[in-house]
Amino acid sequence: MEILVCVKRVPDTSENEIELNRAGNDIERDELVYSINEPDNYAVEEALQIAAKTGGKVSVVTVGTEEDEEVLRREMAMGATHGILLADLAFEGSDGRGIASILKACVEKGSYDLILTGVQAEDGAAQVGGMLAAMLDYPFASLVTSIEVLAEKKLKITREIEGGNREVSEIDLPCVLSIQTGINEPRYVGMKGIRAVQSIPIATYSGPDLGLNSAQVGTAAAKVTRLDYFVPVLGKGARFLGGTREENAQEVVELVAAKGGLK
Amino acid sequence: MPRIFAYIAHKNGVLDDSAAELAAAAKKIDRGTAVTAIILGAGPALDAACTEAERVYPELWKVSGESFSYPNAELIRQALMKIVPEGSITLIAHDHFGIDLAPGLSIKLNAAFVPDVTSMQPLQADSLQVVRQEFGGQVSAHVRCDVSSGAVITIRPGAFNTGEVPAAAGKVVDKSAEVGMLSAGRRYLETIAAETSDVDITKHAILVSVGRGIQEKDNVAIAEELAESLGAAVSCSRPVVDAKWLQKSRQVGSSGKTVKPKVYLACGISGAFQHLAGIKGNPFIIAINKNPKAPIFQVADVGIVDDVLEFLPELTSKVQELRAVAAK
Repeated sequence: MEILVCVKRVPDTSENEIELNRAGNDIERDELVYSINEPDNYAVEEALQIAAKTGGKVSVVTVGTEEDEEVLRREMAMGATHGILLADLAFEGSDGRGIASILKACVEKGSYDLILTGVQAEDGAAQVGGMLAAMLDYPFASLVTSIEVLAEKKLKITREIEGGNREVSEIDLPCVLSIQTGINEPRYVGMKGIRAVQSIPIATYSGPDLGLNSAQVGTAAAKVTRLDYFVPVLGKGARFLGGTREENAQEVVELVAAKGGLK
Repeated sequence: MPRIFAYIAHKNGVLDDSAAELAAAAKKIDRGTAVTAIILGAGPALDAACTEAERVYPELWKVSGESFSYPNAELIRQALMKIVPEGSITLIAHDHFGIDLAPGLSIKLNAAFVPDVTSMQPLQADSLQVVRQEFGGQVSAHVRCDVSSGAVITIRPGAFNTGEVPAAAGKVVDKSAEVGMLSAGRRYLETIAAETSDVDITKHAILVSVGRGIQEKDNVAIAEELAESLGAAVSCSRPVVDAKWLQKSRQVGSSGKTVKPKVYLACGISGAFQHLAGIKGNPFIIAINKNPKAPIFQVADVGIVDDVLEFLPELTSKVQELRAVAAK
């Protein structure tokens, strides 16, 4: 099975405190630590496990700039054989639909049986996979937590629904699936593994290479635009304990006893 | 003024909480609007859902068909493509179903898409300004949407206050004939119920809940020791289950359990909305997190900026001291 996984390089929220910049119109991007979007990494692992069973290759693609090559290399070190970078100044300012349009053009340059994305990225939008599927007229499923390859170009999948319940469906190939975290245990990638794939060429396509124009992508085409970032004031917020660790612990014990009762 | 529709989810005829929330959200876009509900289903369940929805919506479009007896987003998207007029605004709850349905629907309707909206300004000409969160709720963003060719908007569950929605006496329009027979490349087979385990976190008065801040599997023992001393249970947020440090049955959140403790100790939990959605009954929340900007501190009653790996053992020893004094 030929599988394409769409990935994104994002600020790593487990490594960074996200703060506003001085002007207050963006997050502070200096010194941010970036990494692969976590659900995307699960998607790549899932693709590699499927390809190991069925044969075929895994390709990884991202929309970005040269800086984003590092996440492609990382996923190639995991076992993806092809890295594809879709880069063009004209892509800047694209909304979700714009990104999906760019990816659609890339999908049509290849021949894939299965396309995976992570369920969502740092913007929490969970939109590109579903849009891409609709543009390609492929079936789609989100929040996928298991994939079993059936005969006759079909998969059996489970989706995460409310309350820890799981929905089981059958889906025809080719299709697009958005992968939820926890579906597998992504393999470890060390510096050595990344160095080993450092010289493999990464295919790079621009807007004209993909047959895209500014009516489809970039700022001009975007119907949805982020105006600024701000830190919301929600409720009164916590009362912070300012004592020593021991004093704070003492106060918490008293609070728990008063509010919950110690059995 | 574009026409506004709300997709009403129901389970065996019982409306989802989002049914009233979408009506409230529509009122934010335009106070005077007569929002139209769209309900799909089959048999008595559909009738029951319509009867309930008539109390909230002045107009109701129903689509009846056996293929809608279970909500398969792939089929429902096709149905909506046939009945939603060009240029409309369609509101859908941002949950596991909305995530499945809505992005693709926006493409098929050639409409703008804005996901997971937490508040909205009144519509001005073709421009709708909304608020949504990014980075797991650490920051919010104002987002502008051009609705000149319509929009599909998903609404954060619980974000819109339903107190303002006036009672309505809905008229029902049957749109089934316009939809006709559909088939999809994805077919529903069955639902597997959530796993259960020996520890039922929904039954405990005190929960010691751990998140990514616990850092590794071996450290879960630190929380277990505290829970044991308190007579509490250990629960967790999603990353802990993803990493296989605790079972799924211990997960609090929209994709896990809904809990109603008296005291909730959030230990190294950032406080994403999917996690907070599982905490009900207004417990006293004590949050411990290294990051003073963690969203959990916005909802907690008491906050401690500290490393849980250092703080929890201290807390355990204080509980043991208290018990020793009480035993004398």
